[in-house]
Amino acid sequence: MTGVRVTDVAIIGAGPAGLAAAITAADNGANVLLLERDSHPGGILRQCIHNGFGLHYFGEELTGPEYAARFADEAAKRAGRVTLMTDTMALSLSGDRTITAVNPHDGPLTIKPGAVVLAMGCRERTRGALGIPGTRPAGVYTAGAAQRLVNLDGYLPGRRAVILGSGDIGLIMARRLTWEGAKVLMVCELMNYSSGLNRNISQCLRDYGIPLHFNTTVSRVHGAERVEAVTIVSVDDKRQAIPGSERLVECDTLLLSVGLLPENELTRMAGIELDPATGGAVVDERRQTSLPGVFACGNVLQVHDLADHVSREAETAGRYAARFAAAGSLPAPALRVRAEGFTRYVVPQRISAKPEGLIDLYYRVSDAVKPARLVVKSSDGGTILSRRKQAMTPGEMERASIDSAKLSGDTVVLTEAI
Amino acid sequence: MLEADGLNRPDVFDCAVIGGGVIGCAAARLLSRYDISLALIEASEDVSTGASRANSGIAHAGYDAAPGSAMARLNVRGSAIYGQWCGELGVPFERCGSLVLAFGETDSRALAELYESGLANGVPDMSLISGDEARALEPRVSPDAIRALWAPTAGITSPYQLTIACWENARANGLATFFDTRVTGVDCSGDHFILNADGGASVRARYVINAAGLFADEVARMFADSSFSIKPRKGEYILLDRDDSTPRRVLFQAPSAMGKGVLVSPTADGNAFAGPTALDQTDKADASTTREGADELRRLALRSVPGLNLRAAITAFSGLRAVGSTGDFIIRASDIQPRLIHAAGIASPGLTSAPAIAEELADILAAQGLALKEKPGWNPVRAPIERFAAMTTERQAEVIADDPRWGHVICRCETVTEGEIVEAIRRGARSMDGVKRRVRAGMGRCQGGFCAPRVIELLSRERGVPMDSITKSGGGSLMLAGPIRESARGFASEEEARA
Repeated sequence: MTGVRVTDVAIIGAGPAGLAAAITAADNGANVLLLERDSHPGGILRQCIHNGFGLHYFGEELTGPEYAARFADEAAKRAGRVTLMTDTMALSLSGDRTITAVNPHDGPLTIKPGAVVLAMGCRERTRGALGIPGTRPAGVYTAGAAQRLVNLDGYLPGRRAVILGSGDIGLIMARRLTWEGAKVLMVCELMNYSSGLNRNISQCLRDYGIPLHFNTTVSRVHGAERVEAVTIVSVDDKRQAIPGSERLVECDTLLLSVGLLPENELTRMAGIELDPATGGAVVDERRQTSLPGVFACGNVLQVHDLADHVSREAETAGRYAARFAAAGSLPAPALRVRAEGFTRYVVPQRISAKPEGLIDLYYRVSDAVKPARLVVKSSDGGTILSRRKQAMTPGEMERASIDSAKLSGDTVVLTEAI
Repeated sequence: MLEADGLNRPDVFDCAVIGGGVIGCAAARLLSRYDISLALIEASEDVSTGASRANSGIAHAGYDAAPGSAMARLNVRGSAIYGQWCGELGVPFERCGSLVLAFGETDSRALAELYESGLANGVPDMSLISGDEARALEPRVSPDAIRALWAPTAGITSPYQLTIACWENARANGLATFFDTRVTGVDCSGDHFILNADGGASVRARYVINAAGLFADEVARMFADSSFSIKPRKGEYILLDRDDSTPRRVLFQAPSAMGKGVLVSPTADGNAFAGPTALDQTDKADASTTREGADELRRLALRSVPGLNLRAAITAFSGLRAVGSTGDFIIRASDIQPRLIHAAGIASPGLTSAPAIAEELADILAAQGLALKEKPGWNPVRAPIERFAAMTTERQAEVIADDPRWGHVICRCETVTEGEIVEAIRRGARSMDGVKRRVRAGMGRCQGGFCAPRVIELLSRERGVPMDSITKSGGGSLMLAGPIRESARGFASEEEARA
């Protein structure tokens, strides 16, 4: 009754990560089954109609849909090797790499791939996760949901908005809502720095005179049916509300841009080791997880700032997934990469027994550090790389390339204030 | 508005039930077996929008209430017939048992008193057990618990599923429903009551059941009956995602001078919750959550289950219990208008007692002269909306072959398909919350971040109304402010077409 499909590489998610992984896997000789829960490939980029994509990857500035379309077109050119299944939801992943999925056309599916690439992306943190008290009226949206409503559905979620969190989607939506005639009253940021890109603060807030209040959060939602107001409050350096600093702001909408969480339900189901710091799988430099033959890339692995970096990472995962599918194995993870000092996490968290060429270490710091020094060293003491940077902030992902030939043991990625 | 296609829609109903909570709907469901014309009048846009949507979802064993009270009697009777009701109505119900935990000698004495009350109330199969025995039944119980009262007959259900199921079943058996109809005045001068609603509508009925929850005292006063009052008591809750730390049994704390203590419990859907707080207030409309409430819940929940993963919080909500001035359920004919039957002050254990309260209301109606003759062809069975996520693979293949929409997953977190959502709308969901309560779309960890726009689209498409008329929960709770400028709309649809 239910067909079993066999393929070299199955990729879960046809956003920027899944598309790039599919293209590279196909170019490395694999037959690829690409599973996408939406009706179109492209993932979240479909609703990111602003520009700023592709500067690193293509050397030109594209909108999100344009960026996604380039990869979707490349995947389509490989139609003999890449099969895209849309409206297809992966329901489970087991320890033997078997995927179950469902779509309206084929019904329930069982897929037995030689290798799997996890590319499910991330979701947004919600009001419930933050625990903002108050009433529960209509008009509280995550920034991404509001973005979809405006850009894909053509509807305004509200007319007077307060945005909590200065993540990039929130900043982009501040400008987008303003363009559509809504009034964005302010962006409140709990921290004393923004987690968004500087260019977005400049181009989306400053250019439109939208105030950005640091050390400020929303402490209460008001309104019986629709949001009528929010209470904002200043916080001290321990992020505790300062009594007496409450202020009522009348609005009909509260947008939340307070963080992204990798969507690792399937990863967890398969028993794959997760890194609490990233919320994604623990991987080696080939992006292989603790379950042999299962790879992860893009925002399901670590929340990236730029789609361009997602594409590069996905190419690595796609290449080695194809190689795993052909060879049946790859060198296992052997060495650890440890985050120390202000380094909050490093991806990859492991280095395989047989690393090749240059390895890019992606990391984020846990607090704003300026000026900062990065030191990459072997745990036995030898410094592999040391460099200074004017400032590092949690909002900007950092990268350090190291020569795998210089690795002699576990590696430490240390960020310190100087 | 008149929502349902009742079979009997006379000028004067034999009986009208005011209030579409679990009590009103259970009463309607039971009364629908008799050969009478029956109406349900609900102020909001759906059933189960008050306390019935925001409570603990527990079918209590019955040791809590004072022996001899209506609460004690109806709790124990309700618990006894819960399995049958939920079975017929296709509502989840699991007798997972409850433990009341004692953390010291004062607590232990309180357990002994509860046990005695339970015996007096006729609660079956209780036992007083050691802390270790409690941990054998539920390994997540705190090592600090020294004794426990074990009541295996306690269970968990879904309060809104039960309410909706009762309503659907009553409707299938002839109930007429008036939604968005808030009774504001009653004309008692004739041989039947004329219930006038805001907006000019009126419903005529010979008998009235007052199941208006928080507003039951105000309804009573419309009949010149001021024999009781209702005070709201807020209970806040935190709902947690499914997790290894989710307990499998209902965990109470021994009642003390500090209050009844909060409980940690699994839900019928496999989540866990901590709650409720208990705060008496005067505002019947204020169901907001508070920072203080959340802090209290977190502290007390960890006392029962130290390993509870509170970081997995999905949402917080609160409900307002309708606490009657008598300290007991108020279930009787009005002294002023004998054909007005009160079902008021239905605080805990109201959910457990609902089926038994329905029986009692029927008895009172009969005693007051309403002829209750069994109706031929009454169907006690209501088929639930099948959950795609709970189906076997073979069943999934079958339903998708029959209707491909059942293979289209809309809500990722809870794996809810378009087929389920369309069925929920067909059965009466008109708002986002109406869909959520029926099929869980938007109830998971992303809280509708992904599926809310799609559910708005489906509500719009299936109901044939504009997107920007869709509400979260009726009234003015509009989800959208309106279309974006025409020029930009063109861009949006172009992008859609190209992608």
